[in-house]
Amino acid sequence: MQSLNARYLLCPLPVIRVQDRVKLMQQGEVLEVVCTDPGTVHDIPAWCRINGHRVIESKYVDEEYTFTLEVGSRFADEP
Amino acid sequence: MPVKPKAVALISGGLDSMLAARVVQQQGVHVEGINFFTGFCVEGHTHAIRKRDQARPKRNNALWVAEQLGIKLHIIDIIEEYKKVVINPKHGYGANLNPCLDCKIFMVGKAREWIAENDFDFIVTGEVIGQRPMSQRKDTMPVVARESGAEDRLLRPLCAKNLPPTLPEREGWVQRDQLFDFSGRSRKPQMALAEQFGFEDYAQPAGGCCFLTDRNYSAKLQDLWQARGTRDYELDDIMLLKVGRHIRPRPNFKMIIAREEGETRFLQGYRKSFIHMHPVSHRGPLVLIDGTPDADDLLLAARLTARYSQGRDAERVEVSVVRNGVSESLSVAPISSQEMPDEWHI
Ligand code: SF4
Repeated sequence: MQSLNARYLLCPLPVIRVQDRVKLMQQGEVLEVVCTDPGTVHDIPAWCRINGHRVIESKYVDEEYTFTLEVGSRFADEP
Repeated sequence: MPVKPKAVALISGGLDSMLAARVVQQQGVHVEGINFFTGFCVEGHTHAIRKRDQARPKRNNALWVAEQLGIKLHIIDIIEEYKKVVINPKHGYGANLNPCLDCKIFMVGKAREWIAENDFDFIVTGEVIGQRPMSQRKDTMPVVARESGAEDRLLRPLCAKNLPPTLPEREGWVQRDQLFDFSGRSRKPQMALAEQFGFEDYAQPAGGCCFLTDRNYSAKLQDLWQARGTRDYELDDIMLLKVGRHIRPRPNFKMIIAREEGETRFLQGYRKSFIHMHPVSHRGPLVLIDGTPDADDLLLAARLTARYSQGRDAERVEVSVVRNGVSESLSVAPISSQEMPDEWHI
């Protein structure tokens, strides 16, 4: 599992960091990202839904939001 | 099966780009979205920072639009490159420090690079002739197409019928008769089309898509440039301009005063990089000091900090000042309103 620290970044920067990391990963790999911006609760799952990745787990502990994502297929809906 | 043409749509999070993308999508084109983060975007930040804004939905509108459209969205960080657009726009500014025409040219230019790298065929924007006074005029439409390098690979589906046919129309990737001829400032045609598509709950940004159209924000940016003697900024600078009360009592320093809990929490993240102070004898705000204050300046700043504390009517307020990790305590008289000229407020 890979991990990414997106603490103290405000949206959409956490999403951008996740997006840039996922680009370097393979389908099926797992990424754990830790954020502090409450906006990530909406944005990271939304970004995953539209780009075909899966949020396996999300939790909120000590004012930190942790999302565990599984990378989906990049080419799923291309023509 | 013939290969589906591919378009990238500039998605701002507002209605027009959402409609433009859907119009093209409906013609069987594969559409993906692109959204640029300049650092000045209205999205997210203030909502995340200010407590009083927390009741509002914190969704990112561009992501929301992409989800409604069922398209992928690529969010691109252009913070560094965008500086030259803001600092030195070839076509000048709008009513405030908004360089809308240069901004459009820059973004369409980035989209042009993107389609070349990703093997897409054309670019879609939600521009409408006459919608915005600076960047969306009949005479500036060709300027954007030309100076961005996109030329006739730039399609504006909402007003295409008022413009010469572009490559996607000539190639038959889209049918011109299914595009639109919107023009002017009216929002009615867009709203009717939104209803037709079944879009509800879309964002309607008033002035524009970024803080640069805001008069107060622009004044703070101008002040920052003037005080530093150079037109430049870092991401932290422009983020901090969105937060707190900004007061410049003397040319060599300004104060950023948290107005509420959410802002305090946000400013706390910057304590290491700034001299900061807060009242200790009374409840009061966290204050960051930006600039090069001397001891006398810090005393004045402490008196101002005391004014914004619950001790504003007290004789003395104790203020803790932290500089390079070393803290000292100052006992000061809160400054009175007579001693505080309006011009100090930025
Ligand atoms: S409002 Fe801001 S983001 Fe929108 S075109 Fe103008 S400068 Fe660019």
